[in-house]
Amino acid sequence: MSLAAVILSLLLSPLLLSVINRSKALLAGRRGAPVLQPYFDLVRLLKKGAVYSDVSAGLVQLAPVCNLAALMLCALLVPLGPLPALVHFQGDFILLAYLMGLGRFVTMLGALDTGSSFEGMGASREAFFAALAEPAFFLAMAGLAKMTNCQSLTGMLQTISIQHWQHNAPSLLLILVAFFLVFLAENARIPVDDPTTHLELTMIHEVMILDHSGPDLAMIEYGVALKIWLMAAIAASILVPPGTNPLWLLLFLVLMALIGGLVGLVESSMARLRLIRVPQLLIGAGVFAGLALFLEFVQ
Amino acid sequence: MSPLILLILLPFIGGLVALIDGRSRIRSALWALAGLLGGLAAACRPVYFVLGTGTPFVLHLPWAMAGGNFQLMLDPLSAFFLLPVVILGPLFGLYGIPYMRHYSGGGYRHGIHWFFYNLLAVGMVLVLTARNGLLFMLAWEVMSLAPFFLVLFHDWDKKARSAAWVYLVAGHLGGVLLLLFFLFLGTSGHSLDFSTFHPLSLSPSFRHLLFGLAFLGFGVKAGIVPVHVWLPEAHPAAPSHVSAYMSGVMIKMGIYGILRAVLLLGGPVYSWGMILVVTGVVSGILGVLFALAQHDLKRLLAYHSVENIGIILLGLGTGMIGISQGSPAVAVFGLAGGLLHVWNHSLFKGMLFLGAGSIQQQCATLEIDELGGLKRQMPKTAFCFLIGAVAICGLPPLNGFISEFLIYFGAVHGQAILPAAGSWPLLLTLAGLALIGGLAAACFVKAYGIIFLGSPRSSHAEDAIETGPSMYLPMGLLAVLCISIGLAAPLFLHLVRQAVTVFLPTFLPLAPFGDAAHQLEIISLVGAGVILFGLGFGLLRYLLLRNRQTGREATWGCGYQYPNVRMQYTASSFARPITLFFDAILKTRVKGGVVGELVATGVGLQTDTPDPLTRFCFTPLLGAISGFLGLLRWMQHGRVQLYILYIIATLFVLLAALAGGWL
Repeated sequence: MSLAAVILSLLLSPLLLSVINRSKALLAGRRGAPVLQPYFDLVRLLKKGAVYSDVSAGLVQLAPVCNLAALMLCALLVPLGPLPALVHFQGDFILLAYLMGLGRFVTMLGALDTGSSFEGMGASREAFFAALAEPAFFLAMAGLAKMTNCQSLTGMLQTISIQHWQHNAPSLLLILVAFFLVFLAENARIPVDDPTTHLELTMIHEVMILDHSGPDLAMIEYGVALKIWLMAAIAASILVPPGTNPLWLLLFLVLMALIGGLVGLVESSMARLRLIRVPQLLIGAGVFAGLALFLEFVQ
Repeated sequence: MSPLILLILLPFIGGLVALIDGRSRIRSALWALAGLLGGLAAACRPVYFVLGTGTPFVLHLPWAMAGGNFQLMLDPLSAFFLLPVVILGPLFGLYGIPYMRHYSGGGYRHGIHWFFYNLLAVGMVLVLTARNGLLFMLAWEVMSLAPFFLVLFHDWDKKARSAAWVYLVAGHLGGVLLLLFFLFLGTSGHSLDFSTFHPLSLSPSFRHLLFGLAFLGFGVKAGIVPVHVWLPEAHPAAPSHVSAYMSGVMIKMGIYGILRAVLLLGGPVYSWGMILVVTGVVSGILGVLFALAQHDLKRLLAYHSVENIGIILLGLGTGMIGISQGSPAVAVFGLAGGLLHVWNHSLFKGMLFLGAGSIQQQCATLEIDELGGLKRQMPKTAFCFLIGAVAICGLPPLNGFISEFLIYFGAVHGQAILPAAGSWPLLLTLAGLALIGGLAAACFVKAYGIIFLGSPRSSHAEDAIETGPSMYLPMGLLAVLCISIGLAAPLFLHLVRQAVTVFLPTFLPLAPFGDAAHQLEIISLVGAGVILFGLGFGLLRYLLLRNRQTGREATWGCGYQYPNVRMQYTASSFARPITLFFDAILKTRVKGGVVGELVATGVGLQTDTPDPLTRFCFTPLLGAISGFLGLLRWMQHGRVQLYILYIIATLFVLLAALAGGWL
């Protein structure tokens, strides 16, 4: 049962990227790439050779491997709607956040391994924004823990019910918004970062992986898909409490697709923020989460 | 002979022989090392016994001391803090032998150095075991004075002299507060023996005052903001094995002191936990921010000690809040996390300082922006430094995450179950720890990335070669310890258990230890999973690329044809977005960097971030005090005749007062 959650996550995660791209294409009046394009890309990259920077001292090769390993373990920790996570214990969301942190850490080192100032710039921005996103994530999780009186991710997300939305709508909404902002920042989406930008100077995530190629790039791209899938699953569970009935799974997957559509809508309707505005957005997310906690304390 | 006596005597004798045989660089070091190893051997059994059973190990000698008896005791709390002292002392000393090879000229006095190195160890052992106020203060003084001479090893260097001076002044200002603390506490009993103190006979407000004295006095040693200012001066000036010992082990004596003071004052109170949490957040965040703004590797590491002391305080404060609010889970998780972080920090910070020492010896500079690409020339040092960097950022699967997880969970659990009024500091713990963790990751990506990756930025880095095994093996051993705490976390939780229990009132159930062990078991398994998956993906990658074409090309530079090493990102540029955002706190001084003409010629940029508290608070304050005292200097002119006149005048006034009946 819980193994099913892991397998579904691993298989379907690239699909979410494709949903986002499709929705962007539709909103722009294009047809868009085939739904399975992310899979084709992965296969194509896995078949290629690789080119490395002549400055590299090995971390370029190490980073994608470690990053994907950390994200694979994340997949074990996140419940998929009504399906509980394979591994769940009190405080598992702390481990989740830090595993993602480990992935980010090695990716940043991989970027610096090329000695390129563009990649250094990307790593520097990633480090700063991630540091600001962490408190928001933890405060949001603390809010959920207090509301549901559970301290594991599976426990929290499966305990939230319609009743919580009826009684605690303001704080749940604040938590959801805070989490969504963290979700956008962590996954390098507009308004924090633009995955389709073509100017190195303005990139954050994309510029860090400029010098990766072949199977290494495939691992990174798959990691990106996995991460956005896992975080979207958490957001979806907060938005529509899935309960524990496995029959809800299909509905839940539709909801995840809708979240993908929402990301596409955000990306089509606004430009990215200026870099000096991004900290304000992330601190804002932290404030939202803190406010949610305050509301719960008052009750 | 009692192992406690041996534990003190053997390192001391080793140090003495080193002093006598001080002409020879190698022999004096070996004598000192032998003494420390003897101490380690003597410590094994009592520490194992005390941490295993929780029964204290007492040595009561009938020697009368002013204000009580010569009493030594090793309880679980002391034994917990003793372990790094006795294990890391010889290990850092071992590293110190080849490290000191670079200072074999005539002007260096190795015998004195090793004598004080051992004296530092002896002082710490005495501090941990003393059970009498006077004995404690004597030991504290020995422990505080020894590093002064260790920092002064490069006594020809004006910077080292001023650093040692700052250290001495800071340490003794703290010492004054501690003296007051013990004297006041002594009034509650009949002597200065710890066992005769009656804290509960004191009024609560007086106990708060005493806690304040102890917290500030011990806080100076621990390096809590705002009294941390000696750390970034003293650590860079000292030889690296000494920095490692001071930063990894000695500053923890401040933490021990705070905990001992809490016990002597009759156990934790809510407001003390709150104070610990608030100062912990401030120390943690400011420590890591100051670290980000530094260009000198050892200064950066010194500020990270401030940050980690903050994390330790967050854990201990959370635990104390748990005790005062009657929640065993919050108490156990907070205290266990804070205490385990004491060990963890000793390991990874010691290793990082040793790494800094290796870089200093091989590259002759610690200026981060002069280094680069060292991973190629010094792969073993680089690997150990990477382990240390991952550990200090609190990332799984290493030891830093284990202690931070316990603290996080204590805070999350506490804020969910405790009443709102009592739990707001826990939210501070939570958000503070998250921000500290993120910024620490930024700082160590900067430190590791700029120093070890990319291309060498100067000839210093270009010509570096790997150190000998006697320098990288101690680091390797520390790396192994970091990994083992990460992968066998429940085992180490078991070792912390007795030290935590010292604080718990007997009515609190101990069930949370079981929960914590269960959680840590899963975390260790997941950590092992990360490593296994990493190996698996590495194998996959190898198999895929085995028969394919791989090549090396220049780094993508948007098509620019003539890149050079100076175009790489630097440590300052990496940290700039963060330091700019927090400039209101950091007040970085920037010189140059402005392009004046249309066709730019040479443009230089210089930034430096001296400690804002030293700059804006202590320097003006101490300057004002010394200026004020300077007004009295006319009385002190060196003419003996006039001094005799002062004495006679005083006598005359006193006699007159006596005769007049005013006294």
